[in-house]
Amino acid sequence: MKAAVIRFPGSNCDQDCMLALREFGVDAEYVWHKETSVAAYDLIVLPGGFSYGDYLRCGAIARFSPVMRSVVEEAAKGKFVLGICNGFQILCEAHLLPGALVRNRSLHFRCEHLFTRVENFTNPWLNTAVTGQLLNIPIAHGEGSYLADPETLIQLNRNRQILLRYCDSHGAVTHAANPNGSLENIAGICNARFNVFGLMPHPERACDPRLGSVDGRVIFESILTRLGVRKAA
Amino acid sequence: MKAKVIVMPKRSVLDPQGVAVRDAIHHHGVSAVKAARVGKFIELELDGTQTEAQLHEICRDLLSNPVMEDYEVLLEK
Repeated sequence: MKAAVIRFPGSNCDQDCMLALREFGVDAEYVWHKETSVAAYDLIVLPGGFSYGDYLRCGAIARFSPVMRSVVEEAAKGKFVLGICNGFQILCEAHLLPGALVRNRSLHFRCEHLFTRVENFTNPWLNTAVTGQLLNIPIAHGEGSYLADPETLIQLNRNRQILLRYCDSHGAVTHAANPNGSLENIAGICNARFNVFGLMPHPERACDPRLGSVDGRVIFESILTRLGVRKAA
Repeated sequence: MKAKVIVMPKRSVLDPQGVAVRDAIHHHGVSAVKAARVGKFIELELDGTQTEAQLHEICRDLLSNPVMEDYEVLLEK
């Protein structure tokens, strides 16, 4: 099992992702965005940051980086692809996930710990969690408001592709708990095959107790369990 | 030869920047402005060998995101 952490010019959570993966004993490597193949990897991580300075739109230019052609091909074969924050934006721009992430409704850059609720655990990314479990994971973004047309939203709900929603500390999905104006408090979604997952919160920043929360571990534990690297509890 | 590309947030999409700009205009004392929308203006210098299809392709795939934006392209000789 090998994991790739893709580095775009302007990625800045690549080292956090690498550290989190290595803490789990994963054989992980950085892959520069000019590389043309990620076929050798079982898990492909697109980290957070500001690829290409967020020029044009977040993720709009990174989507055309040479490595992305291979990421799209591998995703089509069923490889696991995780996009965190800017990585999520890139996955949407690349049409690996539906919808788009737009400017926070408040116009504020939000950088804080908050809660998300697990909406579905019968998938590779949250199989060690339970539905309704609350995850205290930090966010840090200015463009995280999830937007999709009504038909897409119906599909996402029907197929249970919405994996995480912003909620309060009691698990209530409320307007007040929505940090960015995302439709239906959406914090993370999967594609229809469940092998591509994008989320705005940063699970890699919630894997060490010294950082205030270890709730992000469940996502890494789940995908590593799915990949057979970890035994199911 | 130039192409001028205007990218605007879709009418159906809330444009918080536009709301902030309108509010700032109101603070400026000009209450006649009912709404503002903020988009992008992109000027492309062309050598003339491009096709219309190519222009629309870059507008659709790169310069705008059809999920949230509409574009208009104006060719100038």
